[in-house]
Amino acid sequence: MSETRELVREAAERLFEKHCSAETLRRADGGEFPQALWRALAQAGYTSALVPESAGGAGLEMSDALSLLISAGRHAVPAPLAETMLAGWLLSAAGIAVPEGPLTVAPVRAGDSLSAKRDGAGWRIDGTASRVPWARQCGTIAVLADTGAGSLVALVAAADCEIRDGHNVAGEPRDELVFAAAKSLHAGASAVSAGALRALGAVMRSAQMAGALQSVLETSVQYARERVQFGRPIGRFQAVQQNLAVLAGQAAAATAAAEAAIEAAAQGLDSIAVAAAKIRAGEAAGIGAAIAHQVHGAIGFTQEHRLHYSTRRLWSWRDEFGNEAWWARRLGGEVAAAGPARLWQGITAAG
Amino acid sequence: MARIESLGFAPPPPFPPGEVLRGEVRAFLAEHLPQRAGTRGVGSWGGHDREFSRKMGARGWIGMTWPRRYGGHERSALERYVVLEEMLAAGAPVTGHWVADRQSGPLILRVGTEEQKQAILPRIAAGECAFCIGMSEPDSGSDLASVRTRAAAAKGKGGGGFLINGTKLWTSNAHCSEYMILLARTGEAGEQRHGGLTQFLVDLKATQGISIRPVHNLSGDHHFNEVVFEDVFLPAANVLGEVGGGWRQVTSELAFERSGPERFLSSFTLLVELTRVLGADPSERSRIALGRVVAHITTLRRLSRSVAGMLQAGANPAQQAALVKDLGTTLEQEIPEIARQLIDAEPDRASTQDFVTVLAHTMMNAPSFSIRGGTREILRGMIARGLGLR
Repeated sequence: MSETRELVREAAERLFEKHCSAETLRRADGGEFPQALWRALAQAGYTSALVPESAGGAGLEMSDALSLLISAGRHAVPAPLAETMLAGWLLSAAGIAVPEGPLTVAPVRAGDSLSAKRDGAGWRIDGTASRVPWARQCGTIAVLADTGAGSLVALVAAADCEIRDGHNVAGEPRDELVFAAAKSLHAGASAVSAGALRALGAVMRSAQMAGALQSVLETSVQYARERVQFGRPIGRFQAVQQNLAVLAGQAAAATAAAEAAIEAAAQGLDSIAVAAAKIRAGEAAGIGAAIAHQVHGAIGFTQEHRLHYSTRRLWSWRDEFGNEAWWARRLGGEVAAAGPARLWQGITAAG
Repeated sequence: MARIESLGFAPPPPFPPGEVLRGEVRAFLAEHLPQRAGTRGVGSWGGHDREFSRKMGARGWIGMTWPRRYGGHERSALERYVVLEEMLAAGAPVTGHWVADRQSGPLILRVGTEEQKQAILPRIAAGECAFCIGMSEPDSGSDLASVRTRAAAAKGKGGGGFLINGTKLWTSNAHCSEYMILLARTGEAGEQRHGGLTQFLVDLKATQGISIRPVHNLSGDHHFNEVVFEDVFLPAANVLGEVGGGWRQVTSELAFERSGPERFLSSFTLLVELTRVLGADPSERSRIALGRVVAHITTLRRLSRSVAGMLQAGANPAQQAALVKDLGTTLEQEIPEIARQLIDAEPDRASTQDFVTVLAHTMMNAPSFSIRGGTREILRGMIARGLGLR
């Protein structure tokens, strides 16, 4: 790991540790936006990490910025950090000034698409985007729309859309946005395809899942050392040890896959490593969450224990920006088309 | 919340010179490897082929990291990794030098006498000298500290030495190896159970009193052997390392044995054949299965290269190595199960179709993947130790 990245990660850990208390998570779960956390994220430059300095952002290296999200995942950061980074990246690549405050992107589901029509000097956006992360908390939405002749990035005021509230199973806002001739505040031709937007979103969710799995492992190991049954800590029983070893393997695999994708993303989002990360971290999420709950027993299944802040996020994030099957179908198709003689070459080229 | 540092994986070091070497290895394989997968030994690191080992030795690809004065080539562990993974991915017949290159040679280099190093290492590097591992016994599998083969101090023609009596079991390729590194008891175990063990160099071709009996595995192949020592005299010069220091020596040997590419590529030839029979435009179900396996292999390769990098940097990533082997062998065992659900064919070792023979061979070898080099349960116990649970 580069020295810069290590420093960035350490600073991030301290910030998240300070601002993501159990109380903050509980309140966010109840729908309260964590203002103090958000101010700290903005001040540290994390929210504008993928906006170049020349455009007023923090201009971090993409790999350093994305690795922040591993730490964010460890602490179950209950705010649209990844989404604001993603929107900043999309907007600045289209030459649009990035506004302050929380941001999100639309559309995010594979089947959803938005259209853009000329309206004088500006554009009007039409269509429905489902399950848009944190939309109700964002003043503006970064939209990727089809003009019929190409892709357009537009900035749209949330007030110009109809917002229908929804949630993922972690309780994070996933809202439906209806655009009916919604006016663009700013617009520019997009250098980013819908596929690339989805791919970067997938890398972000993979990083968050890797972090959440690290946290779930640490919580479970600590619990197994403290919880006493039959006169000894349950972590002394081989059956429990073997399960925790499996969980450790899943956390390590998810982290390695996410880190590979983070490195690859800076070079290009069509890498095998990107698909592999979402597939591998997504699979680890399910296995890891199940073991963590088994180790914790009944208390882990309640709101009184913090485990659910991580496991419910794992169950949500694995299905966002394409689940394992979506990415595996794509990767498998590419591997098959390349043929058996190119299989190993493809794997070694992925880095 | 405390970070679990003992299971951290450093990112694999970037390594551009390896790509030139990779090209050289691929060109070599294109020239020297039989094209039909079904004719290659698969799943057990390719098969024993002395001629192929000699060719690799001539290219400088055995003992790559060893000093030149012992026939080595003073290249990095990462360059060696490139050669290993290319050989395995191609299903090359590397068994003839695998054990010697991976663990016997490095052990001799670390603890051997000057005479032992000069006598043996150049022969290994030339692909002329195969080794087998004399650790397991009928009553000592995972519990290696319980070995009972005895080495009693004795006098021979040329001076002092040891008289060996006992039986080694599951000794892969003893019948086609020049040497065994034997683990035997020279003293009492002591309270820690790890004392009194000593390693010996045994010349299998020139030592009286050794009998080697084949133990055929379930597919009828002969890899395993039972090796019986009856009043075998070994001169003191054959002690490898320290008398009584055997436990420390074998445990360090095993760490190198656990994280290499052989721990996730044993079924790779089957994956190649599966890709071939599925064709360029397979069903959605096949694509999903194929994509998932490739995602796993890509990730395992990164973890394994990470351990190689940590070893190169002088760290001792024993727990990480155990973790890579556990994840890797789990995938290796899954691949034949996935393949047979995607292609409607019955496994048959005598078939003329590559996929069918490779499926049969891989499936029948799969149980060994999570037993050899430390069982899954032992490895998970090591990982749990890394987690601070034991």
